[in-house]
Amino acid sequence: MVKKVIATTSLAGCFGCHMSLLDIDERILDLIELVEFNKSPIDDIKKFTKRVDIGIIEGGCCNSENVEVLKYFRENCDVLVSLGECAIMGGLPALRNGIPIEECIQEAYIDGPTVQLNSKKILPNDPELPMLLDNVYPCHEIVKIDYFLPGCPPRADLIWDALVALITGKEMDLPYEVVKFD
Amino acid sequence: MNNTIKFEIDGKIIEAEKGQTIVEAAQANGIYIPTLCNFSGVKPKGCCRMCTIKINNKFMTACTTPVADGMEVENNTEEITDIRKSIIELLFVSGNHFCPACEKSGNCELQALAYRYQMMVPRFPFLFPQKGVDASSPKIVKDQNRCISCKRCIKTIEDEKGRKYFAYKNRGNKLEVVLDEEMAKTMTDEIAQLAMENCPVGSILRKEIGYIQPIGTRKYDKKPIGSEIEV
Ligand code: SF4
Ligand code: SF4
Repeated sequence: MVKKVIATTSLAGCFGCHMSLLDIDERILDLIELVEFNKSPIDDIKKFTKRVDIGIIEGGCCNSENVEVLKYFRENCDVLVSLGECAIMGGLPALRNGIPIEECIQEAYIDGPTVQLNSKKILPNDPELPMLLDNVYPCHEIVKIDYFLPGCPPRADLIWDALVALITGKEMDLPYEVVKFD
Repeated sequence: MNNTIKFEIDGKIIEAEKGQTIVEAAQANGIYIPTLCNFSGVKPKGCCRMCTIKINNKFMTACTTPVADGMEVENNTEEITDIRKSIIELLFVSGNHFCPACEKSGNCELQALAYRYQMMVPRFPFLFPQKGVDASSPKIVKDQNRCISCKRCIKTIEDEKGRKYFAYKNRGNKLEVVLDEEMAKTMTDEIAQLAMENCPVGSILRKEIGYIQPIGTRKYDKKPIGSEIEV
């Protein structure tokens, strides 16, 4: 069997979804028989080197770089999966939605109770830094997403069942206990 | 006089008492019709539309419609399932439902309905409305981000003199259900507990007991909402 090619990324996420992917335990050995990884933090491949079958997106879009990476994935992957609450609905980073960016930055770098080392009151201003978006956006509001796997993080069993279904072309049969929003 | 009548739900003939609502009759016969604003002991008002059914090609609310002899009710059809799912999705996008950070998660009726109807993502864009949290009272937190304006707290939570703790404030899309500041000062733990339990979502939470139940032991972790009714 030709191995399916998988790519993954973490946008405005906490890497919890990637951790949950590793949580499939010894099934990871079966996975390696079925797939090869391309661009992903798991193997540190930075640029796509071939066409990808399944792209897995963790995290929503909070800045311009997230949008760029997400579009790059859409161009290079046949199927895109939003993995976890942040990719699906913005998740905890989206708690800032509705609060003006200036206020968020002010709180994070100057006023916040845990800010101790910024006596010169410097705000991040390096031109290399990606621009923050006005809101944190769910991925499907930026590009077309084909499948959604909820959870915070999604249960390892959910990721496993869904991946096997996508790889083998069988229908997804997701038991009640594995589809949860927390 | 014989008070028993017969009617059909999805082709299944069931018996009911005259005066029962369709939701009650269905439940007595082991058929689940989902509800959200409806609450036992309170006069139904059919505002959330979760219990939408079809009779004579017309959509009705099963919580407010009394049973009638020979009535043919459509309940679990593809069309009605999709309508109900869209109502759940609307409730999710019109509030701010960050389930991973909500103390009600696992015990929440709205979330449980989303599980039952397999909502993977709402079909509507998220609105992220600006709403507040009132944590000023000693016993409870009232989080407007999660309130679905079902009125269950207004109708069921009162003191021994019949004075209400909760009330509507503002109108239209500014509508809020708020806690009376004065009443809140004398709220007992028992009333606070009842208010939290009667709220279907995480809009009323008792202070200092968050996440007390481990994941896996909560009400809807293992079994879908409604499975306790279904035979
Ligand atoms: S109230 Fe229910 S649906 Fe809303 S965030 Fe809490 S658990 Fe989720
Ligand atoms: S606080 Fe809870 S019970 Fe009261 S109206 Fe809002 S959702 Fe309903």
